[in-house]
Amino acid sequence: MSNSVQLKGRLSAGKLAVAIGTVALTLGLATARAGEITGAGSTWVYPLVVKWAAAYQQETGTQVNYQGIGSGGGIAQIEAGTVAFGASDMPLTPEVLRKHHLIQFPTAIAGEDLVMNVPGIKPGELILSGQVVAKIYLHEITKWNDPRIQALNPQLKLPDLDIAVVHRSDGSGTTFTFTNYLSKVSPEWKSRIGANTVVAWPTGLGGKGNQGVAAYVQRIRGAIGYVEYAYILENHMTYARMYNRAHQLVSPSLAGFQAAASHVDFTKAHDFYVILTDQPGPTTWPISGCTWQILRTSAPRASNEQVVKFFRWGFEHGQSMARSIAFGPLPPPTVNAINAYWKRYLGI
Amino acid sequence: MEKPQTPSRLTRLWDPLFKGTTAVLAYLVLALLVAICLSLLREGWDAFKTFGWHFLVSKAWDPANNKFGALIPIYGTLISSLIAVVIAVPVSLGIAVFITELAPRWLRQPVAAAIELLAAIPSIIFGMWGLFAFAPWFSNYEPWISDHFGSIPGIGVLFRGPPFGIGMLTAGIILAIMIIPFIAAIMREVFLLTPPLLRESAYGVGATTWEVVRNVVLPYTRTAVAGGIFLGLGRALGETMAVTFVIGNAHSVSASLLNPGYSIAAALANEFTEAFSPLYKSSLIALGFILFVITFIILVLAKLLLLKLERAQGETA
Repeated sequence: MSNSVQLKGRLSAGKLAVAIGTVALTLGLATARAGEITGAGSTWVYPLVVKWAAAYQQETGTQVNYQGIGSGGGIAQIEAGTVAFGASDMPLTPEVLRKHHLIQFPTAIAGEDLVMNVPGIKPGELILSGQVVAKIYLHEITKWNDPRIQALNPQLKLPDLDIAVVHRSDGSGTTFTFTNYLSKVSPEWKSRIGANTVVAWPTGLGGKGNQGVAAYVQRIRGAIGYVEYAYILENHMTYARMYNRAHQLVSPSLAGFQAAASHVDFTKAHDFYVILTDQPGPTTWPISGCTWQILRTSAPRASNEQVVKFFRWGFEHGQSMARSIAFGPLPPPTVNAINAYWKRYLGI
Repeated sequence: MEKPQTPSRLTRLWDPLFKGTTAVLAYLVLALLVAICLSLLREGWDAFKTFGWHFLVSKAWDPANNKFGALIPIYGTLISSLIAVVIAVPVSLGIAVFITELAPRWLRQPVAAAIELLAAIPSIIFGMWGLFAFAPWFSNYEPWISDHFGSIPGIGVLFRGPPFGIGMLTAGIILAIMIIPFIAAIMREVFLLTPPLLRESAYGVGATTWEVVRNVVLPYTRTAVAGGIFLGLGRALGETMAVTFVIGNAHSVSASLLNPGYSIAAALANEFTEAFSPLYKSSLIALGFILFVITFIILVLAKLLLLKLERAQGETA
């Protein structure tokens, strides 16, 4: 259907993009039945939703179809009403939510780290700071043996090798979290580049998806890239340790992501709009993030009820599953606040 | 001799019906083309209106601040395709000449079949092979290229750069491999159409294989050969997945072919689903329109060239 409409040229630019983006989705969704929930969005949260979905189906018989099409895609789909929930790693502001009749709530806490391919450097050996990472991504530091990297790593012998900067080529919540962190630690980054799901990179190669970045980094000598923690674990990649805001040296870990979350109060923020990067605390991992689920208040009540039921089940029964794939559970007060939020906006 | 039968009423009705149906189908293609062109222009109008002519010459691509320009993807699309054609044409010519003139008879069919099979490989396979196998291997040789060609005055700047294995040159080489089967297959077909009389006569007066190809086969088939090259170029311009994997997807322009770049098709593949603002979407659709126009111009140039060649051929004949 979207094809014929398109040919008649009756679609606005926004709708056209959604139409094209959803061709694959609509094929799958056209047959959606009762007892089926469809969602789309963030690739970051994909492993978690799929794991929960499999267990949830066994227990309740309700099938959850989730497609990792990217956070921006998830937002577009839920706005267009083609899915029951959208997932984004970048929270929407309360104004945007009200304007489009949307609500959002956090799902799980995760983190990302820098990975590299430098001969002789093993996982966790290299130490970086936010300022140095910003300078690498601004193309001010271009060699691995730059004195500013060497100063952080007196014990390592760094080679005279060009740094191949790798970033995401597609719009991504991972990029949002990363650039948001760089904006907090580097005034120059904030004024020149800023934080968003896509930015005007001053240098580097673009890889599509976490997999694309991981593939580039593993295959290009001298490469550095940022990927989410789960990918580092899966692919046994060489990751860096970082100095956090409290000037402590930390390794990426679930405990570090949760430490970051413990310093923010989800329950006080409007629509849970909080960002977990560069939080205080001695054990806090500096590049931590979160994924939000987005629902439409104007969607049929039955549809929202099913989605809420699924995530309520996930919060109650899915926490050890989340931990097993490096997603941090939300603190109990946050879960209570989400329940109150559902009641307030959806009456469920 | 039989007298021709007068057509029955049914047949007389059938004929215009048949003609009408085929005409509708043919015009449908034309209408579709115009409709696609117009809807691209319509949806991309926002970008053209906002940035004006600067859209075509601006290097900016900053979605966060809503600043867009098409220069880098246009440049990358043209340069990577040009590299592909420069590599693919001599190689295809060699393949076609070998198959039609030099190879032992038993070898011709298998080699020709293999080349046609190469054309059937999906482009994403070339992309994956390019990223996982070719680029890491090629990056070992890029320092050598930098050292040996980088110092040549004039063109040296094309070959100086960091050895990432991924970039414009790699994209051009992968594209060349992808279009070689098309160009080689067409060249082979048309070389076989050269009248044996001409060819045998040339051999008869003592011409070498090279002289026969140069003075008999190529002049006889040049129109079709040029057509084949343009067909390959057209495919290279629009190729998406393979290029996305190996071009580096960087919105930066650099004289060096070893540096990463971007192409229009790769930009669309990467960014369309995540384009978050109306102007961003419009700019991407405008890019699509520009690719459409570039392809159209190339095809028109090809047609003009073919006409000119045909006329020249007519005069010499």
